[in-house]
Amino acid sequence: MPDRPDTSHGFGRVLVAVYAIFALAASARSIVQLITEVESDTVVPYVLSAFAGVVYVLATYALAVNRRRLALVTIGIELVGVITVGIVSLVDEELFPDQTVWSDFGRGYLFIPLVLPFVGLWWLRRTSGPEQE
Amino acid sequence: MTDPVAYGIAVLAVLVAGFAGWHVVKRREFGNPLFYAVSVLEVVLIVMLVGGSVALSQTSREVDGVLFISYLLTMVIIPPAAVVWGIAEKSRWGTGVVVVAMLTVAALSIRLLGIWEGIYA
Repeated sequence: MPDRPDTSHGFGRVLVAVYAIFALAASARSIVQLITEVESDTVVPYVLSAFAGVVYVLATYALAVNRRRLALVTIGIELVGVITVGIVSLVDEELFPDQTVWSDFGRGYLFIPLVLPFVGLWWLRRTSGPEQE
Repeated sequence: MTDPVAYGIAVLAVLVAGFAGWHVVKRREFGNPLFYAVSVLEVVLIVMLVGGSVALSQTSREVDGVLFISYLLTMVIIPPAAVVWGIAEKSRWGTGVVVVAMLTVAALSIRLLGIWEGIYA
């Protein structure tokens, strides 16, 4: 590692790759849903899918170019989002007739959406400060 | 598009992921054998894209065509993208990117089968 830790190197390389895949998965799913499936009474999951897609795209970009503040904000939103949507989608199934990446804590994606923000925050913390390895 | 094709590709992708994972554990640099392994998978995926497109045009099934083709295209794009992103990283994690990419291809292959069978329609 160089003196100045960068969020896109070392393990961060893998993290960015995973984020990129979820950025693609969430936004592609959202675009397909918006084109083909939106009906007025089921708008919640589609808006959420689109929102999640934007969050993942921004987080990927932030981690890839070492923009820590943006990374912290987007990963924070991601963490709140996956937990909130996870709880709400279990409590009120009618609100979520269709899946989003965050439904049921990301069960459709092997719960990776639930784990990812914790890994992201750990990585931001670990790469913060020039005195660390 | 049948079970053996989808699972065959998934197994192949998992094997390449294992090979890349071995590189991560052993701290091996991204070398020719791994490049060839990814290339073999890539060729299979390109054949799959062509074969899948032909099969889609001929089938009488109720397949979501846009979704199906977008999955096929994504699977073709992921391996080269992973190699480009991974090869630029000179630490052990460069090959870690390939592990993630290969597992993703495996997952997409299984989902693709579901799309073909209309499970997610």
